[in-house]
Amino acid sequence: MANFYTDNPALKHHLHHPLMRKIVELKERNFTDAVKFDYAPFNYEDAMDNYEKVLEIVGDLCGGLIADNAEGVDHQGASCADGRAIYADGTVENLEACRKAGLMGMSMPRRYGGLNFPITPYIMAADIVSRADTGFENLWGLQDCAETLYEFGNEEQRQKYIPRVCDGETMSMDLTEPDAGSDLQSVMLKATQKEDGTWVLNGVKRFITNGDSDIHLVLARSEDGTKDGRGLSMFIYDKRNGGVSVRRIENKMGIKGSPTCELVYKNAPAELCGSRRMGLIKYVMALMNGARLGIAAQSVGVSEIAYREALAYAKERKQFGKAIIEFPAVAELIAVMKAKLDASRTLLYETARYVDLYKVYEDIARERKLSDEERAEMKRYSRLADALTPLAKGLTSEYCNQNAYDCIQVHGGSGFMKDYACERVYRDARITSIYEGTTQLQVVAAIRHVGAGTYRSLMDMYAATDFKAELRPLAENLKALTAIYEEAAAAVAATGSTEYNDFMARRLVEMAGNIIMSYLLLTDANTDDMFTASAHIYNKIANAEVAKHAEFIRNFKPEQLEYYKA
Amino acid sequence: MSLNIIVLAKQVPDTRNVGKDAMKEDGTINRAALPAIFNPEDLNALEQALRLKDKNPGSTVTILTMGLPRAAEVIREAIYRGADAGIVLTDRALGGADTLATSYSLAQAVKKFGKCDIILGGRQAIDGDTAQVGPQIAEKLGIPQVTYAEEILDLNNGHVTVKRRLENGVETVKAPLPCVVTVNGSAAECRPRNARRVMKYKYAVSPSEKEKLSDDLKKIVDERPYLQLAEWGAAYVDADPEQIGLAGSPTKVKNVENVVFTAKENLCFAGNDDSALENLIKELITNHTIG
Repeated sequence: MANFYTDNPALKHHLHHPLMRKIVELKERNFTDAVKFDYAPFNYEDAMDNYEKVLEIVGDLCGGLIADNAEGVDHQGASCADGRAIYADGTVENLEACRKAGLMGMSMPRRYGGLNFPITPYIMAADIVSRADTGFENLWGLQDCAETLYEFGNEEQRQKYIPRVCDGETMSMDLTEPDAGSDLQSVMLKATQKEDGTWVLNGVKRFITNGDSDIHLVLARSEDGTKDGRGLSMFIYDKRNGGVSVRRIENKMGIKGSPTCELVYKNAPAELCGSRRMGLIKYVMALMNGARLGIAAQSVGVSEIAYREALAYAKERKQFGKAIIEFPAVAELIAVMKAKLDASRTLLYETARYVDLYKVYEDIARERKLSDEERAEMKRYSRLADALTPLAKGLTSEYCNQNAYDCIQVHGGSGFMKDYACERVYRDARITSIYEGTTQLQVVAAIRHVGAGTYRSLMDMYAATDFKAELRPLAENLKALTAIYEEAAAAVAATGSTEYNDFMARRLVEMAGNIIMSYLLLTDANTDDMFTASAHIYNKIANAEVAKHAEFIRNFKPEQLEYYKA
Repeated sequence: MSLNIIVLAKQVPDTRNVGKDAMKEDGTINRAALPAIFNPEDLNALEQALRLKDKNPGSTVTILTMGLPRAAEVIREAIYRGADAGIVLTDRALGGADTLATSYSLAQAVKKFGKCDIILGGRQAIDGDTAQVGPQIAEKLGIPQVTYAEEILDLNNGHVTVKRRLENGVETVKAPLPCVVTVNGSAAECRPRNARRVMKYKYAVSPSEKEKLSDDLKKIVDERPYLQLAEWGAAYVDADPEQIGLAGSPTKVKNVENVVFTAKENLCFAGNDDSALENLIKELITNHTIG
């Protein structure tokens, strides 16, 4: 039986990144929990050993039970009866196994029953789970709603709900409505405060992943007569209280084990979480950022399974007297899949580390005043996380779709049949570049960091690495690409046209992403030869992509935008 | 009602993934080439024990294993999945034991352990496939035995009700406690390791393993009694030297042969009707391929 952690040495490489020491020491507050909790680590090495051992449990469950159940879950799917969502049999087994293995509430503090894991190893578990069953990753990964509850709920709410999540109760974030998808400012679900001060919710939510969960975070309009985001607050709805029913579940193209629900709220009692009017502006933004990192991890898991399925088939399938991987056209497909996988993963963990660092400073700030130096660090990492999260979500999801497409291509006609896992992977991949904000919306979030120079600062930081001789020409090439990127960004900005800037935004964000991922792969290859091939291949991809976009921008006259209008 | 449950477990070479170098030239197992694992059916037994514990809060599950000192790995694995404690029965004098000497030694350890309500073990170990140790322990302790158990249905009023998986169906039996129950591979799979338990117990060691630890870790083990696994020798369990190890083992291996199965003849059952299929199935039953 495969272990999806130990059979994938790239994971261990990313887990042991040099920045982890700082993350772990801050997260563990210099290991003071060790005297209070018998499962808390007493030093850095002990903590890292804990992460590895727990990831081995994740890898074992995923390589066995969860991967074995994936096909059955896809066929059976979730269903709806008597106002409730019903999981496929395999999903029920998977959830029960995750509960017994203690893999819920992984990043929550120990005082609420969590494992106090940093985001990085938690996200690594998500990466592994998604490889086994992409749809199941949603149900398992919604535990990170507890992060938002921890950050913005009061102490009573934390003590009431977080231990339940750590014990295995599931969560959902109820945001979308029929007329409020990407535009959440239009949310209409009504929150009414009763005379005794308690709240009730009335209305409809749609497209809610795991909408029949035990504990919901709900975005609702608490301020009568308002129409925009400033009238929205966040609420906690506890399924034990009743009042919310599932009207129907969607019949989806992929991730069929994850029930996507339409919910009806009828005087459903709920608790206000945090302050009124801050629901969308602050809390949902935080919730979405966490969820976007989760989707990036899910996307990397999809790329991993797509690559492995393609590689295995190409080695096994013989045509013209030899395995098809021996034909350069097929070998290239596979090598490029691997390069995109490695590029996606390195960006994912770079992002996760920055998220870890700013969040841990934020958390320390709840206990004591930060020093000026610490506050400056928090700001820096917060900005980097803010820049890399949409980049990672956007690019890893696009790459996993490309990899799923190429996985079928490697399988040829057989891949179009239902007989191989690749057709499920292809369907499961499709949602990743849509939910938690489409790629187009990730670009909207990322583009300001092109203008503000955040990406450029990262490129400069990576360029200062002492690369080994073999890699130096690649690093030199990236310096040249950085100049091309800067020139293109300046040219677009110089037009002063908002419309034109919006039109070119995706190209600039992709250029930044190509250069950053290529640099990250160089730093990976600098310490481990297993990344050398991908570092070379991705450097060529970055070269071609950056040149393509630069050329497009150079040759484009702002008035030609007219041709693109319907 | 809290129970004292013993689970018998064995560390075995993983004979399920046997490569070319699995056997030495002299016909003995090349243990270096095969990873040491938790005997699979002992994991099924552990799950039944943990379910009894779930239903009867306050119960304790103790793993008893006999083997080399490194068999403590089996105890840690069981503790990660929910067992409470473990005993490694290890002694040079116990080496070379056949099933008679092994069951005697383990029965002595159970006696030393004291009050015990039920003893569970796998039906058989994958390195010997004898299925004799569990039943012999029951005989030596003078208590009932239930073999081929698939599920413990109930435990109440001093009796256990067990579903047995037999060749031609299932049978439900009731036995008075204490008794020995050997569990079949068709029983529920063992639950996974638990993250918190792994972090808590990963430094649990037997005294001989502790010797090899760094001073820092030794200190931690000394400070935390739950990290100290018991290690018992032959004298400690009052074993008669004549009945243990090689001396107590009447079984002598004369020779081990490598047997390659080859089909001697081909049979063809032609036809499109049911009778051809029926004849094929009759033949398969007659030559014991199925059934």
